Order: sequence, then C-alpha cells, then structure tokens
Amino acid sequence: MTDQALALESAPARRHRPWLLLLAATWHQTRAKIGLALVALVVGIALVGPFFAPYGPDESVQVDGVFALPFEPPSDAARFGTDELGRDVWSRFLWGGRSVLALSVLSTALGAILGIAFGLAAAYSRGLLDEIFMRTQDVVLAFPQLVFALVLVATVGPETWLLVVAVGITTMPRIARVTRGAAVEVVERDFVRAAESIGVPQRKILFGEILPNIMSPLVVEVTLRLTFNIAVIASLSFLGFGLQPPAADWGLMINENRQGLVAGQPSGVVLPVVAIGLLTIGTSLVGDGFLRAAIGIERGGRRE
Amino acid sequence: MTSASALEVERLRVELEGEGIDIVDEVSFHVDAGEVLGLVGESGSGKTTVGLAVLGHTRRGARVTSGDVRIEGRSILALDRLERQGLRGKLVSYVPQDPAAALNPALRIGKQLDETLSEHGFGASGEERRARITEALGEVLLPSDDAFLRRYPHQLSGGQQQRVALAMAFANRPRVIVLDEPTTGLDVTTQAHVLVTVQELCRAHGVAALYVSHDLAVVATLCLQVAVMYAGRIVEIGPTSLLFRGSAHPYARRLVEAIPELSGAHALVGIPGSAPRPGNRPQGCFFAPRCSYAVERCRVEFPPVARVSQDHEVRCWEHDHVLADALAARTAAVPLPEIKAHDALVAIRGLDASHGARQVLFGVDVVVRPQECVALVGESGSGKTTLARCIAGLHTNYEGEITFRGRPLRAGARRRDRETRREIQYVFQSPYTSLNPRKTIGQIIGQPISLFYDMGGREMRARAVEVLETVQLGGSVLERYPHHLSGGERQRVAIARALVANPQLLICDEVTSALDVSVQAAIVDLLAELQRELGLGLLFVTHNLALIRTIAQEVVVMSDGRIVERGASDAVLFAPQAEYTMRLLSDTPSLEAALAASG
Amino acid sequence: MPGLLVEGPGPPLLAEGPGPPLVDLRPRRGRILKGIPGFIVRRVLLGVLTLFVCSLVIFAATQALPGDTARSILGRGAQPEALAELRKQLGLDQSVFQQYLDWITGVLTGDLGTSLAAGLPVSEVIGERIGYSAFLMLLAASISIPLAVFIGAVSARRRDGPFDHTVSVVSLTLAALPEFVVGIGLVILLSTTVFHVFPAVTVIEPGTPPWSHPEELVLPTLVLVIAVTPYVTRIMRASMVEILESDYVEMARLKGLSERLVLWRHAVPNGVAPTFQVIAINLAYLAGGIVVVEAIFNYPGIGLGFVDAVRSRDMPVVQALALLIAALYVILNLLADLATILVSPRLRTSLK
Repeated sequence: MTDQALALESAPARRHRPWLLLLAATWHQTRAKIGLALVALVVGIALVGPFFAPYGPDESVQVDGVFALPFEPPSDAARFGTDELGRDVWSRFLWGGRSVLALSVLSTALGAILGIAFGLAAAYSRGLLDEIFMRTQDVVLAFPQLVFALVLVATVGPETWLLVVAVGITTMPRIARVTRGAAVEVVERDFVRAAESIGVPQRKILFGEILPNIMSPLVVEVTLRLTFNIAVIASLSFLGFGLQPPAADWGLMINENRQGLVAGQPSGVVLPVVAIGLLTIGTSLVGDGFLRAAIGIERGGRRE
Repeated sequence: MTSASALEVERLRVELEGEGIDIVDEVSFHVDAGEVLGLVGESGSGKTTVGLAVLGHTRRGARVTSGDVRIEGRSILALDRLERQGLRGKLVSYVPQDPAAALNPALRIGKQLDETLSEHGFGASGEERRARITEALGEVLLPSDDAFLRRYPHQLSGGQQQRVALAMAFANRPRVIVLDEPTTGLDVTTQAHVLVTVQELCRAHGVAALYVSHDLAVVATLCLQVAVMYAGRIVEIGPTSLLFRGSAHPYARRLVEAIPELSGAHALVGIPGSAPRPGNRPQGCFFAPRCSYAVERCRVEFPPVARVSQDHEVRCWEHDHVLADALAARTAAVPLPEIKAHDALVAIRGLDASHGARQVLFGVDVVVRPQECVALVGESGSGKTTLARCIAGLHTNYEGEITFRGRPLRAGARRRDRETRREIQYVFQSPYTSLNPRKTIGQIIGQPISLFYDMGGREMRARAVEVLETVQLGGSVLERYPHHLSGGERQRVAIARALVANPQLLICDEVTSALDVSVQAAIVDLLAELQRELGLGLLFVTHNLALIRTIAQEVVVMSDGRIVERGASDAVLFAPQAEYTMRLLSDTPSLEAALAASG
Repeated sequence: MPGLLVEGPGPPLLAEGPGPPLVDLRPRRGRILKGIPGFIVRRVLLGVLTLFVCSLVIFAATQALPGDTARSILGRGAQPEALAELRKQLGLDQSVFQQYLDWITGVLTGDLGTSLAAGLPVSEVIGERIGYSAFLMLLAASISIPLAVFIGAVSARRRDGPFDHTVSVVSLTLAALPEFVVGIGLVILLSTTVFHVFPAVTVIEPGTPPWSHPEELVLPTLVLVIAVTPYVTRIMRASMVEILESDYVEMARLKGLSERLVLWRHAVPNGVAPTFQVIAINLAYLAGGIVVVEAIFNYPGIGLGFVDAVRSRDMPVVQALALLIAALYVILNLLADLATILVSPRLRTSLK
C-alpha cells in the first residue's frame, strides 16, 4: 500500500462554518440589505427613541402653562401635533415601539424553542409522539393565531404575559411542523444510522447531527413567524386587547387616534402604521434573503 | 444528400449560459441508419448534454453556442422552435433515463402514447392511431388491451415503464433515436431484455441510435461503434472491439482496466484523482494531470484529432506510445489468502426479518470467519442490506440468532455494549448521505475516537491523520467539509471512520454503487488491501457479481429473502448450481463476453 | 449531466409550502371501508374528531383557566348575590365535566346558549352576522384565488424575468403587512386624508343585504384580497416552477408536443394539486383576518361580533364563534383533500 496520501484534487477548503456561509450569502443580496436596514431603523427608533423624546410617554403638551387640545396640528411644541388627549404624538411614537418588539420577539423565541425541540423529537422518535403530533396538527391549525389569543383574552383579560404565552403557544406547533418536515428527511440519511451504530447518545444525535442540517429552513421559518407575530401582537394592541391606556404602544396609538384621521391630524396614526409596516416588510425581506441564500447554497452544494 | 449519415454532429459546443464556460465542446460523430453508437463516459463527462443536444434541447442554464446537428442532412439547430418541435418525437426521439419520472403521473399510458402520434399528425383517425399503438406496444412485448392503456405509470413495473417509453420513442418510426442510460435502475434480467428489444427495433426499422451510458459492458454488448467522453470532449471514437481491446487513449485504457471482470483474472486498477468539472479544467489535455503517459506538451496544448485507422480516431499526443503498449499484459490479480480459522467471527442462524408486517428474510444462515471476506450478492429487494443492518444493530425487527465471537448479539446497537459496537463497523452505500454535511472531516473521524477511546485533543488528531493516511488521504482534509471532497474521497473518509474504531468485522453495504467505475476500482482495491493487512472479517454486500473474485473468498447468493446458493467464489462463479445464479450470471453484461463474441 | 442544472428535492425551504399531507393517505390493511367513499367517510369522521378536540381546547381555554370567571367579568366590587347569580347562569356551580357536557350537547342540538351581553340566544346573535361575513369572504376569495393562480402560473413561466421579479417583491411586501396596516393605509389613502373615494366605515342596517351599499364593500374586500393573494401566488409559482423542471415536462417537450399542450395538459394539472391545501388554509386564515378587517370598517359580521364579545366577555358567543371558525377550517381542508385526490391518479388508485 502506498502510505503517501493522494494529492487532493478538490477545491481548496473554505474554512467557513456553514452558518457563516448562510449569513454571508444572505448579506450578498440587495433585498436582504434593504430588509436589514429597515429593521435596524425601526428597532433603532424603538430602542433609542425614548432618550430623544421631548415629553414623557403619558405627558400632556403644555404651551406657556396651557394644556394643548386634542388633535392639534403640528407646532413648535409638538412636532407632529397632539393626540386624542393632547399629548405629543412624536414622543408617544418614540416611546411606543419597545412593547411591540419585546412581546413579539419573546413570543417567537418561546414558540421557537418549544417547537424545535418538539419537532425534532417527533421526527426522530417516529413513534407514539409523532403520531400524536400529526393528529393534533389539525386541531392547532384550526384556530388562527389571533382568534386563539382572543379566546384567552376573553377569559383572563388583557394581560401582557398572556399575549406572550398565547402567541408563543400558537407559534410552537407551526415551527414544530416545519422542524419535523425538514428533520424527517434528514433522519433517514445514513449519517444518522452511522451515529446510531456506534452508540452516539440520542441527545447528541438530535442536536449535533440533525439540527445543524435543518438550520436553514428553521432560520427562514423563525423569521417568518417573527413577521407574523409582530402582526398578531400589533393587531391585538390595535383591537384594544394589548397594552392598556395610558401606555404608549404603536398598535394602541393607532386605535386611539383614528378620530384624528377625520379631524385632519393623521400623524398619530400614520407614524405607528408606517413603523409597523416597515418593520414587517424588513423582517420579511430578511427572511426571504435567508431563503434565497439557503437555496443558493443548496444548489451550489449539488454542483459538487 | 443521399450519402449523408442519418445523424451527424459536428463540433458541437454547449455552454453554461452567461458564463461562457463550456460543458462540452468539439464534439463530432456520425451514426448511420441501423447502427448503434455507444457514447460512454463517467458522471459529469457531458454525455447526456450531447444526447439532448441531438434533439436540439438543452437543460435550463445551458445553451448550444456553436457546431451543428444534422438529421438526414437537415440541420436541427438552424430550425425555429416550431419546426424543431415538429421533428422531435417524429424524426428524432428520446428514451429517458428514469421512466418513472419521465412519464406524466397524471396521464394514462394510452393518452401519452396517443398524443405522441396525434401531435405529429399520424393517422387520420383514432382507430389508425390505436392500431399503431398496438403495433408499437407489441414490439416491446407489452399488451395493448384497453385495461392496460387505461393504466397510470405508477401502476406499471420499472421494466414496463421503460418499455412504454421505448414504444413511445419508436411509435412515429423515427430516423434517429437517443437512448439516455435507459437501463439504469433496472435489475439485470430486465436490463438484458430491454437491451435485446432495443437492438432488434433499431435493426428492424433502420434507426440510427445514440446509446448514452456509463456502463462499458452494456455498450460493448449492444454497440459496434463507441465514443468515449472525458470532461466534455470525445477523446476516442472507434469500433467497439478495437477500442476495448487496445485503445489509443490512456483514459479509455484505464477505464477498461477499472472494469471488474467475472473471471477476476486481472487486478482492478482505479484511476487516481477525478475528472475536472466545467470551469475547472486545466490547460492542455484535460486528462494530463491523471495520465501516466503525459509529457510536457500534454500540459500546454489540447491534442487534436488523430486518425489511428479507418473509423478510429483519438485525441492524444502520445497515442503512438499508448498503442505500442497495447498488448502489454495487464497486472494479474493477487490471489486471495486462504482462510485457516474455523471458528466463526459472526454467525447468523435461522434469521427471519421483517419490515413492518412484510417479512423480507426467511431463515438465513451466514458465517463470516476472522480475516475472511464473504460477498453477499443479490438484486435490489433480495434482503441483503436488511441482513447487513441486522448484524450492525440498525435493524431490530428480526428473530433468530446472531452470535459474535461466540456470544449472542442483542438486537439494536443501543442495547449492545461499547466494545461490541466498536468491533462491528459499517460502511454505507452512498458517501453523499453517510457523512454529515455540517461537520468537518476531523469532527466526523473524531466522533468514534472520542466514543471508544480516551484520548486528548492532540492524540486524537494524530490518530485521525494516521487513519486518513491508511485510506490514502492526508491530514489536510481534517478541516474540510464533505462537499469539498469528490465521491471517492468521501467514501475513503467513510471507510476511515469505520477503521478508526479498530473493528474486527467490517460490513460494506454496496459501497461502490454510488461511484464511477474508475473510482469503484480504487475503493475495492483499497478494501481488499486493508482487509489483508489488518486481518479484518469483511462482509461485502453487492449487486455486482463481477466484483466478487477480486475481494471475496466466499459468496452467498440471495434472492427474495432466501439464500439460494453459497460456496467458494470460484465454485459459484464458474460452476453455479442454483438456477437463479445461472440466470444472474448469464444476464449480467460482461465486457469479456461481449469482446469474445465479437471475435 | 443531471445534477448540475436540475434542482433536486431538498429540505422544504418554502415555509408556507404544501408540506406533508396532514392526513396519511396510504392504504392500510384491514380497513373496512374501501375506495373513495370509504376515504370520504374516514375523512369526515376524522374531521368530526378534530372538531371534538377543538371544542375541548376552546372549553379548556374559556372555563378551566385559573381565576374566577364570574368575578373577572363583574369586577372586584361585585355583590356576592350577583356573582352567585352569574355563576348559576354560567353553570359554574356544576362540575367542569358537567359544564362541558351541557355545552357540547347544546351545540349538537343547536342550542348555543344565551348571550350574556344581549340576553338573546347566541344563534340569534350570530345568525345574521354569519351571512354578512360569508358574503365578504366569498367575494374576496372569488377575486383573489383566480388572480393568484393566474399570476403564479405566468410568473413561473417567465421565471427570473422582470414580471417574475416584480411579482416576487410586491407579493413579499404585501404578504408581510398586517391586515390592519393595509386597512388603515387604504383608509388614509382612499377615504380620509389623501383621496375621499370610498367610505371609511360601513353602515349596514340590520336586515338589509350586504350588497345594499356596494361602495362600502370595496375597502374591506380589498384588504382581504391583499391579505390572501400573495400567499397563493407564491405557492402556485413555486409549484409550477418545480413541475416545469420535472422530467416529464422535459419529456413532453422532447416528444415534440406544442408548448400549449406541455403547459396545460402536462404541467398545470400536476401543478395545482399542491396549491389546494394552501388555498384551504388561506381561506380559513381569512376567518382570522376578517376579525381585524371587520373591526376596522365596523362591518357587522362575525369578526366584529367576536371582538365585541371578547370585549364584553360574552363567553357563550366567544365559544360559539371560535368553534365556528375551527369548523370552517376543517371543512375547507376536507374539500382540499378531496380535490387533491381527484386530480392525483396515484392517490386515487391507491385508495382502491
């Protein structure tokens, strides 16, 4: 036997870890860059905004000691005019982004962690757990997220923690479904058999062998769910079942200031609507970037 | 143009769209009416691209940029879309590689046959077309009653699907037909029948056929003329008997040497390295980096076509030297060591195994002794992989006894102790699915080390490099991911992963069936050597009878979950007792037999 | 060179893709009912079972949660007598099992209970609303589905062209926007601030048909169309792209069939099947979207009724409407399964 190693004919190794490759490929797309810029803008406003707000979140505008009237047009004292209670629209806008962001990120994280664990276990066990999982799909999907959250709100009342739990619980099976769908195909591959045959512990097979292979669809799905959850959380606020007055919250602001549309002072509605719209468009573009990057890598991988 | 061949291809070039990188280039050949030209090449050589271009078709992302394809003197590339559409399926037709995917799942067989005729204006009425369909199906030995025509593709067997595709291709009595690996995926018996049918139809209707294949034995059986493709070029073209006996191109020669023979008289010699992909091809002759004849000029300039004799052309600067070696003897096979031990390493007694409710193994007995290689042979569905997986603890639904070194083995790897798991190692069929694409080679090899041995990081790395060197890879692959490696390299990594555990028994499940022949030869050669040097017990599962004599002392032949014959390799191959083995042997296409028959 | 230019099946990257069928369609041994009628019976039974579990979920969510429902409805300062009265009215003095049994037998016999807010039978409260909502949803569906199938198919045919790119960006953007953002945006644009073309709210008198003021329907319908069309477009495109790359479409071209036949006989029949389930899910999703849309435009359907009931904690109405929305999903899915079976010979014959 020749002990000398054969010269490797294949391309020189790029020593990037696969997930770095996904990020790099995502970043190469214009759409993803635009999306990221939009997300950065809105998140920036929500996080940093309060430090630049001229008034407190529930502070009334006063000019020379006189309280401003509701729906006053823009002036020196209130750059974007006042809201239905004579508060500064601009300040409430700067204060009002944190809640939407925090609630939607928390609920998505809750749903993602539970969903991924459940989906992986279902795909790998292929037993009773999987059977139960498949059978309960219909039940869970039968309720639109918003409807399920409203049923809980009707019982418990509009509590902040309830929003996170309700949206998180309804996110969980949807992510579990995608996890399972992607994982059942990976579970069948021989490298999983190879790990089983030498006795690699199950936990390591799930998280060390299978999970890294489904990261791409999972990243795409979690981003998509985040987009939807922003919409659900904001919709609940808009319907009046989210944060309660006098809190500053974009969804609530839109609800409160709708009369301003008719009264010729639309900024109390326009600012939060635009912010939520840009945020969801941004996350959705980033998610699409992940999707395209994942498909691109997938195809590139097939070339070899 | 009465003197024109039925099919002429001239200096055809197909590029990847927008990139200016050629997939194939300078491809020229012609086929006369009633003749079958074999177009052989390994995966990625561009043979299917050429086959499709004959119909004026390219896959998405590719386009024909120069050259010409003429059918009975008419240039098919010069035609507009509608004219070309009118010729396809009528003057020139196509038989696909995978009929299960190429027949529309939502349309009945009858409809799919009928539209081929009606779209090209055949026959004035449905009855006339129906008569032709009956005729065409009869030619491929299929029934043509209403019940059959009303079936959907999924209601037919693989062989029947391919016959329907053949009937469809011949229905309009074309002048030229392209067959793209039409027997891949069929078992050898069905393959043999389909090949006979193809031969008869081409002869009967005077059709010029281009038979695209990676299987040299099939081509040698079917075709009088053959063209060999390598990295997008035809490197040699000529009469089959001449070309396979004493080819003038080093690649063609090495390819022939890499083909396993039933007799096992010659050593299997693989070709080092792998074929360059489009965009990655070197200057000069594309084969030069892998070629033992290569001289300075080969690395600079692409060789022109040289005529060796009438009808025999080659692209090689050094073809004179190659031809001078023509009769030099091939390396004789190394005789396999005799097995003296009598106690079994692994013994299987009365094994019944099932997939769900379906029983797939019936009372199977197999014994592998230490240092012995037993080949487990059978067609797909014979249960051979299930048997292998029972031993490895990957299939648990069985009854019967498996003992390993005298101790009973428990069903399922998880229920066995660590030592047993270490001593039985398994190499999987496809290295494309058996290596985790998200792990580096170092992590893949490191996993069994950390499970079975208590080693520090540096020691572990040294061990990994050591074992990679025994499979002729170096430590340089440690940081790479599987997709950086070629198929052959990946399979070497998979073997290294098994060897790193220092096993007593190595189970190899069809380990070469996903690889090209030249790579297959190298892997089998490596396994045979490793087995000898490390004294492994080896269970070599394969569907390829021709590989057996190179590696195995003993053969077990399986069919439908039962063992039909067993014995020493020579005895089984040269004096088979079971009818099934005889049929398998006679249906397996063999280069030797084909060349012997051609005189 | 297969593999170089053809996409193989990868992991399901498209998150809203058809996914695995929710029901195992493979034939099993020992089934008593065979063939398509048997399948329908099994599927309906499964639907009923699903709804039964849904009813348990709804009941659990509304009754078995911690806390005193009666107190949380009436507030902290409620009189003990009023609390007791309400508990009795809600059946809270009985065991949880008995409460569920009473409710579900009521549902099965058509007695949905009494609305706490209106003091009328629930069926009376929601009966008229169902008609209004159904009309709005049918209107939106009949516009958006043909539109989406058409745009999706054309987009796939002109893959990577300017039309395809435009459709991709626009559908992505519209799909991302929450319904209330679209709704409020359209109100600002077309009703109050920029133009004054359509009314911002609907004023439908009870008892008049929903089409009595067509101009009031424009904006609500538009929001729903914008909510649904992008998803169906994307799935139709993805499905058609895959089919157009398939071996049998290539084979049809190599047989010399006209592009018209290739598209309409070979590609489209195989391409629509995976979209059925997505269409069903999206129509069911309309039921969620309709809550927001009706709230924005004050449209007197079940969505607005649901929001009002949640606000006034009118539990019998909340339960009834949640169950109704779940039933809609189950029925639409059943229809989608049937449609899929009918266009897929492989599934059809496997049932025989």
